[in-house]
Amino acid sequence: MTAALRAEWSKIRTLPDFALLLALTVVLTVAVSAASSAAGGNGPDPVHAALLGVQLGQAVAAIAGVQILAGEYGSGLIHPTLLAVPRRSRVLGAKAALLAGGVAAAALAALGGSALAGWLLLPSLPAGGLPRAVTGSVLYLVLIALLGLGTAAVVRNTVAAVGVVLSLLYVLPVVMEMLTDPQWQRWVYRLTPSSAAQSLQTTVATSALPLGPWPALAVTAGWSIGALALGLLLLTRRDAIAYGS
Amino acid sequence: MIRAEWTKFRTVRGWVAGVSAAVLVVVLLGVLAAFGTHQSCMAGNVEVVCPPPPTGPGGEAVVDHFTFVHQPLTGDGEITARVSGMTGTITYPPPNHDQIVAGLVPWAKAGIMVKAGTKPGSAYASVLLSGHHGVRMQADFTRDVAAPGFSGEVWLRLKRTGDKITGYASKDGGTWRRIDTVTLAGLPSTVQIGLFAASPNDITEKASPLGGHLVQARFTQAAADFSQVSPAGGWTYENVGDDGGRTDWEKTHPPGFTESAGIVTVTGSGDIVPLGLTEGMPIEHTLTGLFAALLLVVVVAVLFVTAEFRRGLIRTTLIATPSRGRVLAAKAVVIGGVTFAAGLVAAGVTIPLVVHLLGARDIFVLPVPWWTALRVVAGTAALLSLAAVFAYALGAIFKRGVAAVAAAVVLLVVPQLLATSSVLPTGAGQWLTRVTPAAAFAVLQSIPAYPQVFYPYSPADGYYPLAPWAGLGVLLLYAAAALGLAVARFRRVDA
Repeated sequence: MTAALRAEWSKIRTLPDFALLLALTVVLTVAVSAASSAAGGNGPDPVHAALLGVQLGQAVAAIAGVQILAGEYGSGLIHPTLLAVPRRSRVLGAKAALLAGGVAAAALAALGGSALAGWLLLPSLPAGGLPRAVTGSVLYLVLIALLGLGTAAVVRNTVAAVGVVLSLLYVLPVVMEMLTDPQWQRWVYRLTPSSAAQSLQTTVATSALPLGPWPALAVTAGWSIGALALGLLLLTRRDAIAYGS
Repeated sequence: MIRAEWTKFRTVRGWVAGVSAAVLVVVLLGVLAAFGTHQSCMAGNVEVVCPPPPTGPGGEAVVDHFTFVHQPLTGDGEITARVSGMTGTITYPPPNHDQIVAGLVPWAKAGIMVKAGTKPGSAYASVLLSGHHGVRMQADFTRDVAAPGFSGEVWLRLKRTGDKITGYASKDGGTWRRIDTVTLAGLPSTVQIGLFAASPNDITEKASPLGGHLVQARFTQAAADFSQVSPAGGWTYENVGDDGGRTDWEKTHPPGFTESAGIVTVTGSGDIVPLGLTEGMPIEHTLTGLFAALLLVVVVAVLFVTAEFRRGLIRTTLIATPSRGRVLAAKAVVIGGVTFAAGLVAAGVTIPLVVHLLGARDIFVLPVPWWTALRVVAGTAALLSLAAVFAYALGAIFKRGVAAVAAAVVLLVVPQLLATSSVLPTGAGQWLTRVTPAAAFAVLQSIPAYPQVFYPYSPADGYYPLAPWAGLGVLLLYAAAALGLAVARFRRVDA
């Protein structure tokens, strides 16, 4: 496992993609959060407004997860990778570990930066509720990146995998908005992987949430674990074919 | 050359499947959502089918509820009255919601009216004094013309000639100024003329901590004194569109009219306006699957161009057609055309089908004229098509599928999501739906924002800041700019 980890580490260290995506996660999250803080000074929930950038940052984190695996299918690098480490669970495990570590670091920086911007721009930002929202959001971003990795293992084409992950993150909430039946809306909310971002960051009127913050995060984790498990199953069963993108 | 690109497109199974799936997802999610929609009303303790709201002469759903003190008029004639002041009551306004205060809401209204009958939704023309918007002539729910320069006491007159009604206003009852002339098609020879008063709910908006906003409405009432009324006497009182419900305030201050010493005082609540988007299901809400289709179309459009670079097919293409601008343009025409056709089928099937299904389940859908329905269908097709061309051009610029898909989704879907369901304030949401490609969703809005109805029109309620075609135009500009940039870059670099 150590060897597999080291091999993956040298790949992400020498290829610019991963570091670039992590940097982009930080920049976009902080930028949107700061803009939201500047615009929504007297909104009902300053904590939520100050961390709104996660709505955009999650897309980049998910893409980082897709790219770390599906990128290899695109370039054909997957063949030497699997020759060097034939145990496919080890490849996926090493990638998941490095991805989680990298995204956790980036997410900490992104949420820390957002909180700092909020603290500077929003005089009304309460201290209570912020630690939970920040910690939860960091975990959330890690889980979303892992969801991207799992999706990439299932859908090996990068573009298609990114399409699937972004649909889960963005299309489900929009569909939920358009449903007229409140009961259906609540159920879609409870089952959607991206509901956790909202649930975790809400510090006002939390009793109105269809699902509390930690259960919502558990739903996200369920999606990530499910995608990784399905991905691992398919990865061990299927031949590695390089996919163009 | 377009044929060559078309052949490329239709022979790749995944792309055809992607676009077909986009059509299917719109139809299926629309039908599924139709079966998940329930609507019922209570009559006493019994659950009943909700009575549909009345529709105006233009076919739109309307609110037609006011106090009407009227008498018949057969043939041509006129009605004149002096309105000497309007007073009102607002129940439990903010900040503390604990008092009943005197005051008028901006669109409280009192004046004179010619109406085809007392049935809600029937044709009418009126001149009126409003709470904060001066003297107006309003007709058939959607028409509203201001008569500037009047304040305080004002004389109003309506003259009927055939089916033409002309409204006048005067400061002294001597010199009259014409405001507007309207034609009420099919007006019967005997119409009802009279005095009226209405006062819509007092509306405030409160940002919701869960995203979007909450609209709060409070009961109000308005009363106006009329004098020098001609014709005089012989009035009948009617609470037009009365649903029988009475607020506590009305139990002690009922709507109606009193007459003493030549002064007729008319008291009423309600409004005479078209129904807004939030008071029924608009047709665009049948397109539940639109965003899923958008994602599919974006992915296919990006693959359509990046696959060519990735597989080296571009060299063969360029040998066949050396003009690079024309190659990119031909591909854009194909992907734009295919997605337009797909969008046309998707929306053209889904909207009528789901509206029919909802109708069969007694769920009220806000009616729109056929040209509006057509615009929503064509607009959906144009939206998908332009989104595809935009994503395709991004793919040609970045040459990397992931970056193109991400950029297209982030620019098209994320602003829409932030504007409609996040904690972002309404102003910021309106700004996002004005300058980002997400402005194009304005083309779906089937019911316009009416200035004569006070409402916090926000993207979260389905009201976009730009007019339908202007919103689509924003996306068109983005797509054109991206395509231009793609051609410029493609000319300079080697394949």
